[in-house]
Amino acid sequence: MDAENEQQAAPAEHGGEAQRAGLSRRAVIGWAGAGVALGAAAVGTVAAATMSSDESGAAPQAPDVPFYGEHQAGISTPVQDRLHFAAFDVITTDRDALVKMLKEWTKAAAAMTGGREVGGGAVGAVPESPPDDTGEALGLPASRLTLTIGFGPTLFEKDGQDRFGLKAKRPEALVELPKFKGDRLEAGRSGGDLCIQACADDPQVAVHAIRNLARIGMGVVNVRWSQLGFGKTSSTTPDSQTPRNLMGFKDGTHNIAGTDADALAQHVWAAPGDGADWMTGGSYLVARRIRMTIETWDRTSLKEQEDVFGRTKIEGAPYGKQKERDTPDLSAMPADSHVRLAHPDSNSGLMILRRGYSFTDGSDGLGRLDAGLFFLAYQRDTRKAFVPLQTKLAANDKLNEYITHVGSAHFACPPGVRKPGEWWGQTLFG
Amino acid sequence: MPAPRRTTAAAFLVLAVAGAALVGCSKKDDGKVSADSGGPVQVNATDSACELSRTSFPAGHVELAVANKGSKVTEVYVYAAGDKIVTERENIGPGTRATINAEIKAGTYEVACKPGMTGDGIRQKITVTAGSAAPVKADDRLTQAVSDYRKYAQEQADATIPVVEQFAAAVTAGDVEKAKSLFAASRVGWERTEPVAESFGDIDPKTDTREDALEDGQAWTGWHRIEKSLWVDGKIGDEEKTLATQLVADLKDWQKRVADAEITPTGMANGAKELLDEVSKNKITGEEDRYSHTDLSDFAANVEGARQAYELLKPVASENEPELSKTLDSEFEKITTLLGTYRNADGTYTSYDKVTEDQRKAFSDAVNSLGEPLSKLAAAVVVK
Repeated sequence: MDAENEQQAAPAEHGGEAQRAGLSRRAVIGWAGAGVALGAAAVGTVAAATMSSDESGAAPQAPDVPFYGEHQAGISTPVQDRLHFAAFDVITTDRDALVKMLKEWTKAAAAMTGGREVGGGAVGAVPESPPDDTGEALGLPASRLTLTIGFGPTLFEKDGQDRFGLKAKRPEALVELPKFKGDRLEAGRSGGDLCIQACADDPQVAVHAIRNLARIGMGVVNVRWSQLGFGKTSSTTPDSQTPRNLMGFKDGTHNIAGTDADALAQHVWAAPGDGADWMTGGSYLVARRIRMTIETWDRTSLKEQEDVFGRTKIEGAPYGKQKERDTPDLSAMPADSHVRLAHPDSNSGLMILRRGYSFTDGSDGLGRLDAGLFFLAYQRDTRKAFVPLQTKLAANDKLNEYITHVGSAHFACPPGVRKPGEWWGQTLFG
Repeated sequence: MPAPRRTTAAAFLVLAVAGAALVGCSKKDDGKVSADSGGPVQVNATDSACELSRTSFPAGHVELAVANKGSKVTEVYVYAAGDKIVTERENIGPGTRATINAEIKAGTYEVACKPGMTGDGIRQKITVTAGSAAPVKADDRLTQAVSDYRKYAQEQADATIPVVEQFAAAVTAGDVEKAKSLFAASRVGWERTEPVAESFGDIDPKTDTREDALEDGQAWTGWHRIEKSLWVDGKIGDEEKTLATQLVADLKDWQKRVADAEITPTGMANGAKELLDEVSKNKITGEEDRYSHTDLSDFAANVEGARQAYELLKPVASENEPELSKTLDSEFEKITTLLGTYRNADGTYTSYDKVTEDQRKAFSDAVNSLGEPLSKLAAAVVVK
């Protein structure tokens, strides 16, 4: 391990949780790094370092994203490479049990996003008992793991039932999404009372996080559906190149930057007076599983492919321009091209924050790739953002010839957990 | 980044800490700490030291009397191998004292003082010895639980034999319908106590193997082989008659050996969990009794057997882990109620091929909701 790696692994604590957890997953790595670096040094040097791990020299370049804050991490924070998204059904009728689970989830989330083990760790105190942490993330760094929770419409009301006394708190913006033209939604890939979006640079870390939360939630929730994603398809960091989707195109170039506080305030974060006070600082998440008909796309002419998007394939430049980020001349694009229809200039400045991932779930039994885009978008009010935009796209977008929306869900993601002791959903249930 | 596995890293850490203990925490040059042989272990915590009045003491109840003589708020941890926290106390202010109580088993540990409440702390190795203290007395209630469970397992085996004999007699008589009607009932005692039967290793493969579990060349015998003849072929031949006789003999062997089964409280607890694992693996899917679809009868018997083990352990479990015990009570009740809705007046259960996907999902939820907390029962009955 070299100095650079050591730096990446250097511990950086957030809140008091880290101190409670004893030796952290991350701290272990930090120590190994420090140990190798100091391998030839005298024992006394090692001892000194042992006593002050947090001041051990290396400039911290934390591999973790702070869990605590005004807004939940995983929305405007830089997009990681991998996704494990899970929607849950609440199977208990006991509100206290649900609240208890949310508190346990919060603790576990704070630990895992900090690169630490869940509860009593992966090697339980009692050999006869299964350990609290499932252990597959042992030795891995936090990998910028973020965990983001959302509450679905059915948590507030289902089949006319006010399930947990929350009906009056349901935000108006948390609508049942309308049926869009061409939707072929599958129940087993849609809806959910709760969701957790786990993003990390390492899929094992993201999978570990969902698995452990699902385990903690047993008896209270069960997994309704889940989705793995790879290859982020949009970026919240404006200086990086827009990643390509599985059609080989750059899409989502004009995304909201995570650093653009004004745009975030205007388009992403729910504000006081928006309708539900408990959502202030939160955001509304739309998740859509969009299947691509990969095989027909691949035998489509390059010209048709470029016409569908309104961009060049190789550079991603808007029609008539040279570079990806050149200001598009929408009139130069076909009227039914994806970029032209979706661009803010065609939609009175309307913007959503996209965070989608590509997915490939093997093949579908007919030899076709089961692949596409798992679209994730955050916005201040879905009624004013995703709904009008998708209504328009569903009716006109030339891309519809090659894609089908097969899964759909809508969640209200509450504001961030600001400090240890607070919990996910406190503003709603508390 | 070549992230090391924890084991390697932890091994290195122990070396580093040992170094720290040698250099940083030597106590022989310091007469401030009295080295009395009994009573609390004095811990002198300063900003740069963590001194213990003794580093070796007998297992059992250990009391650490911490005095923070430093200028920073500190915390004190006792770690077992791999930095498992045995006990801890945070927020010990400068100039204040705190007492930490713990039950500690024999072994080697580390005590860490963390001035400023950050980092890995200043560490000190301690040895907790067995034998020198009064040995931890086995909990009489657990001894009783084991003995009651053995009695239960024996009763189940004893009660099974006559039913299996009737089932075998019907097979031998070529009476397909009667044999079918006795199939599920003949399995109840076995399914209630399956972990005990499985502990013998050789009986289960002869009596309860499913076709897909066979190894190449292994003869298929037992319940499920006869089940297939009854439900799929609808007829009984000489081979089935022989197999029925063999089933009775194999189960009588089981009945005889229950008395010798090794049963421990944690084994009972994990056995209960294993019964739920059986349900979740083979019964929810309808694989277990794929020809007769009597899965719910086995399912109910698994739950009943698991509940019996739990009830016997409950006096101790509810004391050690009251929350867990509450959860288990409620989840056992829920799953029993759910099963009850599929139970007919004559005690048989709805045929599993009539159970819809949604209903199977509800069963699956119920099994997970019970199985997960049940997996924590063993830890709740370990004598510390």
